[in-house]
Amino acid sequence: MKVLEVERLSIAFGGVRAVSDVSLAVSSGLVFSIIGPNGAGKTTLLNLISGIYAPQDGRVRLGSEDVTGLAPHLLARRGLSRTFQNLQLFLRMTVLENVMVGRHRHESTSILSNLLHLPSVSRQNLQTREAARSGLARVGLAAKAERPAGSLAFGDLRRLEIARALASEPKVLLLDEPAAGCNPVETEELDGIIRSMVKDGVTVVLVEHDMRLVMNVSDRIHVLANGRTLAEGTAAEVRSNSAVVEAYLGVHGSEEAARAFG
Amino acid sequence: MSMRALLHHRLAPVAAIAVILLLLPLLFPSTYYYRIGALVFIFALASLGVNLLMGFAGQVSLGHAGFLGIGAYAVAIGATHLGAPSWLSILGGASLSGLIAFIVGRPILELKGHYLAVATLGFGLLVAIVLTNEAAWTGGPDGMLVPHLVLFGFPLRGSQAWYWIGGITFVVGMVLALNLIDSPTGRTLHAIHDSEVASRMLGIDVARHKLVIFVISAIYASVAGSYLALLNELITPDVSGFLRSIELVAMVVLGGMGSVIGSLVGAALLIVLPQILTILQEYEQMVLGIVVMGFMIFLRQGIVPGIAAALGRMRT
Amino acid sequence: MKKRRVGGVACSPDWETIGGDGARRIDPMAEFLQFAFSGLTVGAVYALVALGFTLIYNASGVVNFAQGEFVMLGGMSTVFLALAGVPLPLAALIAVIVAVAIGLALHRFAIEPARGASAVTLIMITIGASIFLRGAAQIVFDKRFHSLPPLLGADPIRFDGAAILPQSLVVLAGAAIIVALLWGVIDRTLLGKAVIATAANRLAARLVGINTRRIVDFSFGVSAAIGAIAGILVTPITLTSYDVGTLLALKGFAGAMLGGIGSAFGAVVGGLLLGLLEAFSAGYISSNYKDAVAFLVILAVLFIMPRGLLGRAQVERV
Repeated sequence: MKVLEVERLSIAFGGVRAVSDVSLAVSSGLVFSIIGPNGAGKTTLLNLISGIYAPQDGRVRLGSEDVTGLAPHLLARRGLSRTFQNLQLFLRMTVLENVMVGRHRHESTSILSNLLHLPSVSRQNLQTREAARSGLARVGLAAKAERPAGSLAFGDLRRLEIARALASEPKVLLLDEPAAGCNPVETEELDGIIRSMVKDGVTVVLVEHDMRLVMNVSDRIHVLANGRTLAEGTAAEVRSNSAVVEAYLGVHGSEEAARAFG
Repeated sequence: MSMRALLHHRLAPVAAIAVILLLLPLLFPSTYYYRIGALVFIFALASLGVNLLMGFAGQVSLGHAGFLGIGAYAVAIGATHLGAPSWLSILGGASLSGLIAFIVGRPILELKGHYLAVATLGFGLLVAIVLTNEAAWTGGPDGMLVPHLVLFGFPLRGSQAWYWIGGITFVVGMVLALNLIDSPTGRTLHAIHDSEVASRMLGIDVARHKLVIFVISAIYASVAGSYLALLNELITPDVSGFLRSIELVAMVVLGGMGSVIGSLVGAALLIVLPQILTILQEYEQMVLGIVVMGFMIFLRQGIVPGIAAALGRMRT
Repeated sequence: MKKRRVGGVACSPDWETIGGDGARRIDPMAEFLQFAFSGLTVGAVYALVALGFTLIYNASGVVNFAQGEFVMLGGMSTVFLALAGVPLPLAALIAVIVAVAIGLALHRFAIEPARGASAVTLIMITIGASIFLRGAAQIVFDKRFHSLPPLLGADPIRFDGAAILPQSLVVLAGAAIIVALLWGVIDRTLLGKAVIATAANRLAARLVGINTRRIVDFSFGVSAAIGAIAGILVTPITLTSYDVGTLLALKGFAGAMLGGIGSAFGAVVGGLLLGLLEAFSAGYISSNYKDAVAFLVILAVLFIMPRGLLGRAQVERV
């Protein structure tokens, strides 16, 4: 059974068909990448899957359950998590607190017991703190735990967001252009982080522009152009697909590329 | 526990306030000051409620005096028309405020920014209009007399009694607030303040949490309103007026959004200063306006966080 | 005969006729016209306040809660200047100039220093300003109600059984002239184009050399002038006092929301519509809750059609 399945998803904004009739299926424990030129609808597709937009057509399935149109927090409770292209961190909280919030799904004290700060709440705080600390250690941010998140460098912010998303122990993690704005060293680290995630059993859906990262880390690649599916396959298959090359470079550019590669 | 741990304990501010509460009367030159103290603690309780909503959860309420009014008139109407003992009316008012906050909050809290601000403003004014118009129940624009509190046969009236009742209730309110802040709910509210969309993606039911804090803050204001009515033994509709709501927000802004002690500081400043500088009575509105403008332009974080930041800079 | 206060406008129910059997019959058409006219009159004031809101909001993104105080200042300043012996037309002119000056000061000293602050912070600043102006008015003027002599006399004009105050016509005409003038400036002059550009994209406007600061000055000044004129025109009908500003600001905002925040035409339509709704509900339902109509309108718009009648949709990008 596929851990995430999308069937003929469509949405239009005021006449512009942002995503049109897209279907894909993600198998468990894989890195599934979605690529495409600017404006292809990648982020819109992510927003559709993660419940931020409701599709006008089509279905989304998480495991065996139809989750089409469910609100984001309900999807999160079912094991779907995501990071954001423009970083949606809690900048006024500390680095550690950010990851602690990520543990929300696994916290069990009621609002009433929180108000009264019963012993269960102290225990919960401790558990959450410990889990968050080890989450930070995994992405190499343990030393910066008590700093306000807003004071971190950009590359660290990206790692923090991933740590926060991982803290909720998702089954599927959607990464929205995590390498955007990262230098080659940071992108290399990202590669490592993604691989270790997969080893821990998280299925990764990666939306990315950085082709090296995509080609290196993906098990399967789905290409979007103009809101529609252009191609899907392994890295090698997609790389040699002339339609894909054309979509990125244009007809003229791909002819140039063909000439360049002899 | 080491000295350091004691100072940093979650409830350390409570100890400080409790000490102040106990020792302050020793400084009072006359019993009149009990009244000022009572008013400060009562309004600090209300502004603490507003602070939870605005400072922590990042929402805005420009109509919170509406709940002040509901709590106040609950006591007045309960005693005069329903023959209920005042302590029951206080609870009744708090429940009614909570219920109204629950019903009104559901749709209103979906709004953001100036829409939320104006919607809450409208709510506050609506309450004031109802209280002014339904004269059969509320006594109309001239208000109602409120019989004093009687507990287990003991009459509790006058500034001295309400200094202690108000002060202790505020301390309890502080404890609950500080508990909430240092708990999963507190972190959740803080997260919602910083990024709603990220909060949702982590499984947080944003709408529900906003509603919960709105209801809690309404209850705080309602209890404060009930106390106010019992202290003054008189209540008029302007207890829930626009100016009152802005005063509450001003107390929060002054003291420091997100600072529990700041609620007390803000309330103290806005109540004590006009009393001391009686010439300012005439200029009260002008001063309030300048205070709100000044702090929102130049010192948005408020006094207590401002001092804390300055102290932090001095130490380094 | 009893005088009824409908929509803040005093009017004698001339539509009541005594029939042959001595019973009073109310002519529904005349009653309707009466309410409609008083509704349009206050609606014109709301429309001008809403227009002022929209101007400032479009140019700077600020919801100026002090808008209502400009109306108050126009009326009160004129009254007190006239009481001090200044001839009425001059008093009115000075009152408008004072309002404009205060509007500019509001922008330069309260709004500009807080550039970039959140929407709530900005609205709080304007609320602080409105309270300050109210408090100052309390002291500089006084706390009583005041009136001004109507422009065309006080005898009601009979129209189809309804009695209409000539000042109502003055208010409506004045509003129409102001709206037309403003439309002319915005649509036909270079300055108007600059205002539109600033409203559309402030940074882009600056990049093409528009002094956006002056444009926002202009919007504050014009809004103040519009408000002040509205106040002067309507005082003979509704009277004025130091605290009329708050409710007016809220109702103007309701009107702007009803028409669609950001649309000048919508603001005028919304304001007029709100005035009518208020007058009809006060006349046919209950005049006690007249002021509540505006709030109910705000809530209804927010939840049923957030864009208002003529507003533009807003998409939030993640």
